[in-house]
Amino acid sequence: MTSVVSRRDFLKASAVLGGGFALEFSFPVLSRAVSGGPSTEVNAWIVIHPDDRVVIRIARSEMGQGTFTALAQLVAEELDCDWARVSAEYASPNENFRRNHVWGAMSTGGSRGVRTSQDYVRKAGASAREMLVTAAAEQWRVPAATCTVERGVITHHPSGRKLRYGQVAAAAAKLTPPKDVTLRDPKDWKIAGKPLHRLDIPDKVRGKPVFGVDVSLPGMLHASIAQCPVFGGKLASVDSRAAEQMRGVKKIVREESFVAVVADSWWRANEALKALVVQWDAGAYAHADNASVTAMLREGLDAKNLPQARKIGDTAAALQGAVKVVEVEYHSPYINHATLEPQTCTAWLKPEGFLDVWTSTQDGEASMIAASAASGLPLEKVEVHKMMLGGGFGRRGGPQDFVTQAVLIARAMPGVPVKLMWSRTEDMQHGFYRPASIVRMKAGLDEQGRPVALHSTVACPSILKVLRPQALPKDGVDPTAVRSLYDMPYTIPHQQVDYAMRNGHVPVGFWRAPGQQNAFYRECFIDELAAMAGQDPVAYRLAMLKAGDKNRLVLEAVTRAAGWGTPLPSGRYRGVAVADGFDSFTATVAEVSVDEKGEPRVHRVVIAIDSGYVVNPDTCRAQAESNVIFGLGSILYQENNLKNGSIVESNFNDFRLPQMAEMPVVETLLVPTGGFWGGHGEPAILALAPAVCNAIFQATGTRIRSLPLKHHDLQRHARLGDLAGVA
Amino acid sequence: MLELLINGRVARVDVEPEMPLLWVLRDHLGLPGTKYGCGISACGACTVHLDGQAVRSCTLPVSAAQGKKITTIEGLSKNGLHPVQKAWIEHEVPQCGYCQTGMIMTTVALLEAHPHPTDAQIDEAVTNLCRCGTYARVRKAIHALAKS
Ligand code: FES
Ligand code: FES
Repeated sequence: MTSVVSRRDFLKASAVLGGGFALEFSFPVLSRAVSGGPSTEVNAWIVIHPDDRVVIRIARSEMGQGTFTALAQLVAEELDCDWARVSAEYASPNENFRRNHVWGAMSTGGSRGVRTSQDYVRKAGASAREMLVTAAAEQWRVPAATCTVERGVITHHPSGRKLRYGQVAAAAAKLTPPKDVTLRDPKDWKIAGKPLHRLDIPDKVRGKPVFGVDVSLPGMLHASIAQCPVFGGKLASVDSRAAEQMRGVKKIVREESFVAVVADSWWRANEALKALVVQWDAGAYAHADNASVTAMLREGLDAKNLPQARKIGDTAAALQGAVKVVEVEYHSPYINHATLEPQTCTAWLKPEGFLDVWTSTQDGEASMIAASAASGLPLEKVEVHKMMLGGGFGRRGGPQDFVTQAVLIARAMPGVPVKLMWSRTEDMQHGFYRPASIVRMKAGLDEQGRPVALHSTVACPSILKVLRPQALPKDGVDPTAVRSLYDMPYTIPHQQVDYAMRNGHVPVGFWRAPGQQNAFYRECFIDELAAMAGQDPVAYRLAMLKAGDKNRLVLEAVTRAAGWGTPLPSGRYRGVAVADGFDSFTATVAEVSVDEKGEPRVHRVVIAIDSGYVVNPDTCRAQAESNVIFGLGSILYQENNLKNGSIVESNFNDFRLPQMAEMPVVETLLVPTGGFWGGHGEPAILALAPAVCNAIFQATGTRIRSLPLKHHDLQRHARLGDLAGVA
Repeated sequence: MLELLINGRVARVDVEPEMPLLWVLRDHLGLPGTKYGCGISACGACTVHLDGQAVRSCTLPVSAAQGKKITTIEGLSKNGLHPVQKAWIEHEVPQCGYCQTGMIMTTVALLEAHPHPTDAQIDEAVTNLCRCGTYARVRKAIHALAKS
């Protein structure tokens, strides 16, 4: 059993469980609390125990993507310690505030974990190494340059004397950190770059209580919540007489937009919640439905004077002068994140006026701010304990709605810790959905069928407007809404991208690779044009990619590996797509068949990724597999429909996730070319949907211009331009 | 008071007979390794063994588990590492890990019944949902276990 101490205890350098309360968590632990003897914080990132155990602090959240391990590898690489003795723990959000953001950004999204923190975490490792060596050299009174390190053992070569990191850590911590450190050339890496076992897995296979939903505190109660089914609506009245009589029920909490039941177990809370008679004031959107969303987007498509996300050349003139003009529309529905762990947060308003919060969060600092705002307590009185996330995919970063609610519930139960967990239905119907969108693309072609002009109009809600309005550029163009169009690598001489922000009342959010719908639209449309020109879709794309463009390199790599152009087993067809994002470059070839009933099946997916560098090849491959199955769900089945202002789907029976039997063979080619740092959490999803849909065209002659595929009758061909799937 | 045989021990709990076993385990007996994902037998995150059979505990009234041997992830092995758990570590199966305790319980039951399962048998038995997409590695680990 390990323990958690609060930040306030953490601040007492000598604290060993001082004033803390013992809990059965495996994560996160603050290393000082569990050390047998006095451990030393060499710098903010690195704690070394006398027995040489090294604890590396991780600022980003672990949600399955492997950042806990990859970031630890980067630190350990420069530190030169023994990897077998390394463990990782979360850095405390409160400490980060207090210590002037010593751990940098904690927000975890945009595949940023490694690529935007690699520089400072490696420097932290290198700096600590130098301090440890200096401390040993000072003890021996020899020049530091005569000492070397291997796996945490410092050797003075002339004399053969040795000291272990654990022996000099305390002295090293007193030294002034070096101003400048040299980082290792990745080609010399021994710990980074290797497919090392993940640090978080052993606890996860044992069922250790590591997740937000696993929090258990003395005297803790449980809460289940019902939010107004219509987004933006309010609670009108609650008749709780029956519920109050039910076993274990402690409190009915009424707030502006939700009602919650607090009881001594979650099931009892949830049963009582079902017994409430609730009236909602649905508000202005009580009648919103798929059709009204489509109408809203369609109005945006036709609007005049839209802000331009890209303008190269004179698209209007080039379209006029084109030999042929092709115009299409593509669209996508709203889709929920559906993390397998529902949204959850435990809050404890303590009698001394402190608030402790435990949650599965992609942004511990945002959780702190939300908890502070909901409680009215200043930040320094709020402690956020980050837990492992049962999936994130963008749901648990910006919104923090679950934290706000848990704190409001805890306010009604002062002195008592309360764990809020959403039912699956709440989770399905109160998400921050991948935006529904419609995109109109108009291409002007020359005699050879090559595009000379491409005019795209995007009608799509803005994620930034909902979650980060201060980050929305002045011209109102949300980059996440125009991804893959406004930054398209193709050398089409005349390009224009217009953006119609149409928001509606459905909250939208960062859903794995935000804006990825556009990669589907773009890469399918390019495929249409290639087919019209009678050209091979790979050659057609290569002709529009500059020499040296990394999109080109991954496209060539993937087609080679997939055997592009070689015969396939009967009934199987290939499709290809290329897309870059999150500073990585990816290309995908999918092999698909469609059976006589019209059922599509994806058999094999080959993905090439150039992320510059690769810190843990195995977790990068796992992320590619993850992106394939995550993407496949949205390609085959997933959509969230709107009726009477509310989300129709309620659980995994009507929001289907692919199962084992549907998992294609995934072959991932890591082709890092160096010189830049790209992400891995999201890029591999970008080219999947278009590669699959382009293969379906090969298999059926049907162009798929909307997803999910379940709305397409692949048996009877072509319902082109059908709008059934628009949310 | 209900008497339950969980992980080789007798536990007494004062709960409604219709309370699903999942919540008895999680909220009344301090065994949070068994997870809630859907509550409607759709995801398998709540899988435990009842007399060695994999069952979804979110829809199983606790009364139906009386007199049966209940095994949860916490009781799968004495030292905390059953061969399936070891294979999961070896093949780096989990991502977020949330579905994995259920996945492991399902696999243990499958291998008891079919020590050398075919792909079709795996597809049929392991219908647990994983949002992170660990299926390829689950399959690989099962085949590796069948070989050893
Ligand atoms: S929680 Fe039991 S099957 Fe999903
Ligand atoms: S590992 Fe995350 S849901 Fe399966």
